[in-house]
Amino acid sequence: MNKHLLSAADLTREDALSILDTAAELARVTDRAVKKLPTLRGRTVVNLFFEDSTRTRISFEAAAKRLSADVITFSAKGSSVSKGESLKDTALTLEAMGADAVIVRHGASGAPHRLAHSGWIEGVVINAGDGTHEHPTQALLDAFTLRQHLGELEGRRVVVVGDVLHSRVARSNVLLLHTLGAEVTLVAPPTLMPVGVDSWPCEVSYDLDEALPGADAVMMLRVQAERMNAAYFPTSNEYSRRYGLDVRRAGLLADDGIVLHPGPMNRGMEITAEVADGPRSVIVEQVTNGVHVRMAVLYLLLGVADAPEEAAE
Amino acid sequence: MITVLRDVRPYGEDAVDITWSEGVITGISPTGASAPPQGARVLDGRGLIVLPGFVDLHTHLREPGREDAETIASGTAAAALGGFTAVHAMANTTPVADTAGVVEQVWRRGVEAGYCDVHPVGAVTVGLQGERLAELGAMADSAARVRVFSDDGVCVSDPVLMRRALEYVKAFDGVIAQHAQDPRLTEGAQMNESALSGVLGLRGWPAVAEEAIIARDLLLAQHVGSRVHICHLSTRGSVDIVRWAKERGVDVTAEVTPHHLILTEELARTYDPRYKVNPPLRTADDVEAVRAGLEDGTIDAVATDHAPHAREDKDCEWAAGAFGMLGLETAFPVVVETMVVPGRLDWRAVADRMSVRPARIGRLADQGRPLAVGEPAHLVVVDPDAVWDVDPSRSPSRSANTPFLGRQMRGAVVHTVLRGRPTVVDGVLA
Amino acid sequence: MTAADIHGEGTGAPAGARVLDADDISRIVGRISHEILERAHGAHDLVLLGIQTRGVPLARRIATRMGEIEGVPVPVGALDITMYRDDLSLRGARPLHATDIPAEGVDGRLVVLVDDVLFSGRTVRAALDALSDIGRPRAVQLAVLVDRGHRELPLRADYVGKNIPTSLEQSVRVRVQELDGVDEVVVSG
Repeated sequence: MNKHLLSAADLTREDALSILDTAAELARVTDRAVKKLPTLRGRTVVNLFFEDSTRTRISFEAAAKRLSADVITFSAKGSSVSKGESLKDTALTLEAMGADAVIVRHGASGAPHRLAHSGWIEGVVINAGDGTHEHPTQALLDAFTLRQHLGELEGRRVVVVGDVLHSRVARSNVLLLHTLGAEVTLVAPPTLMPVGVDSWPCEVSYDLDEALPGADAVMMLRVQAERMNAAYFPTSNEYSRRYGLDVRRAGLLADDGIVLHPGPMNRGMEITAEVADGPRSVIVEQVTNGVHVRMAVLYLLLGVADAPEEAAE
Repeated sequence: MITVLRDVRPYGEDAVDITWSEGVITGISPTGASAPPQGARVLDGRGLIVLPGFVDLHTHLREPGREDAETIASGTAAAALGGFTAVHAMANTTPVADTAGVVEQVWRRGVEAGYCDVHPVGAVTVGLQGERLAELGAMADSAARVRVFSDDGVCVSDPVLMRRALEYVKAFDGVIAQHAQDPRLTEGAQMNESALSGVLGLRGWPAVAEEAIIARDLLLAQHVGSRVHICHLSTRGSVDIVRWAKERGVDVTAEVTPHHLILTEELARTYDPRYKVNPPLRTADDVEAVRAGLEDGTIDAVATDHAPHAREDKDCEWAAGAFGMLGLETAFPVVVETMVVPGRLDWRAVADRMSVRPARIGRLADQGRPLAVGEPAHLVVVDPDAVWDVDPSRSPSRSANTPFLGRQMRGAVVHTVLRGRPTVVDGVLA
Repeated sequence: MTAADIHGEGTGAPAGARVLDADDISRIVGRISHEILERAHGAHDLVLLGIQTRGVPLARRIATRMGEIEGVPVPVGALDITMYRDDLSLRGARPLHATDIPAEGVDGRLVVLVDDVLFSGRTVRAALDALSDIGRPRAVQLAVLVDRGHRELPLRADYVGKNIPTSLEQSVRVRVQELDGVDEVVVSG
């Protein structure tokens, strides 16, 4: 496994399954009275969140704490990060504190890549979302959730709908689901598809009603209504009508088909309240699964980082 | 003081001895025909090629305002090491070079530094704001004798303003050098728009934003009977459009940077802002197109767009990085590697693209001249086969943002002579 | 069966001396089953937990044999101690195996941990830590197939299949039918 987790493309099929299997075992820890494991005791994990994100930050904090790591959180508001201190200076400060792993969310695509390769820090870098580039642990928890409901993902059809152009979740999911053998179809208006999407390992469609029937899962991406001001679509009503997931469309899925959403949701925009709260929705599970998947990632990456070659028992 | 450059090959042709004094070439004779006069300074040209001193149509010297990144002295020293005897200093300084006062200051500082001739470029619009014409006439009449005007850094996007500017400079044989970039199509752009930008999550700078402005401006120039110059051409479409226009007799000239001759957008995968530049590095197909354009003369000149940046402006994440790369000291070897070695340009053609035509576009009467008796002694002596590594710590430039860091270059400047006075001898500042 | 037997057939078979064969192991399972039941005065509050990985099939066999002896099923489960190891930075992250605690749980019961080889004692220490996070047994005992010495912690087994003194350079390989297709213990080096 690579030292850092910057992109879903960093993971081979074996790596991904290893993370998912480990996460599955760790999930059972939460059934116990004592939810903590001593595995990362003495290690320091830093949450470096330049972008506000309560949900992901708390998920990583919980994951690190459940492994008994020491957790330090730098978040955008109220720290020197917001005073304009550069990424480099922040990184050097963390290094001076002895961070074993840095979990970074940043508004600029490639910021985690810079942290990992600039020589500013020694520790493991985990990308918690960089600009419009990637969000690999989100893709992992999505794959985990899919696997729990659908079993092995080989040949399963997953439809991803929404603002693909600006979505790091979409990019990571396309890569990871392809690695795991699933068939992905991206659906969005042409203005919200990235240039060159035809070269991605997935199908592309502008028609949700045509793409949905028989799909094993649909993943709705958040769409900001403000995008209509930049002429990506004329009005939010037109967007919802053509690309929103309502009860009728949810009914087009396979019988055991499920609905995912990385959150936060724009209820009424890309997904109706009925579907979000409905029987096919696994949105709340995704959040729970996020902690277990992130525990697995921390365990496996911090284990790799220091270890010499495989030693015999 | 008489100087003799011995056993050197002009344009790579037969070896000669060249003699000059008081800044003018006084003799060219077959090498070894006669001994140098008593007391003459002798420069050794054995195995080397001599060309007219290079002229850069596009340099950023940053002074006044960003002396932390470069000064006129440090930038022209780098230029001399690159074989340049004249550079055009772009106007996006602080304050902007939009008045006679600022351009005269820049011109004078260039004279004081003495490494090469500095020809200030005047801004087209006041403060580069794109709203009102700057006093182009005053700048033309000033001691700096400005003939090239550019808002480089930003595009003159208002078509009416561009038309007026094209018309206005006809009065003093000036030229508008356009930085072709439609601002609306490139808001927030970070790299070339392509499949790669989609994968990397970096907002794209589509080729059409360059091509559409070029098409508009050369049609405008034709309509008003003016000449126009296109800065840093970077795409196949741009080359095709300029070629089409030249075939129809439009008075358009164009330049290409060394980095666009050799580097591609693939470097963005590193997310290292060292490779961030405007216009962005393009695809391999675009690189091939600009090489072909330079070869057939559609592109008239190699212009470095030397853009120094302070370390903190590059030592960061891509989105926070400034646009621009150094180029003065590496221009020649890039041309050797991409155009001379593959046989696309011979040495006369190199002289044409790096000296003769840029001097003509800038209306520099004393630069880009033939190597002949009676001509000014602006010379560059090069070793086309020397290999060397790029090491910013050994450069006089105040900045280190070269995209060729650690790369081995082929082709070195050995001597540079400005008006008869050597500024560089044996690869070192004189 | 002598220490000089060399076992060299098939791929992946360790060269070395086979010290226990399938019959030996079967007898040991029987003996240990009786010993545990004797000391515990029956199986009424017994729970067997095999330590992953090879302790698990051994624990199952002991539980089955006990069930035959006592006539009642004996709860048996699996304990994975990977996350409790103290050598993460030395050895790297290993894949996890399942932890299955029987429905009866461990609180107030006699837990017998079962492992294949007792060596430094660190695995057992990790197992005790894992067990204390799961519940509070009234007592914990340890049964091992092989004790090869070289303890690094003050721990001992309550039930030992065979004491095999070894040097540190030697390795002891236990193979079980359920995972490896054969029952044997081989010492090599």
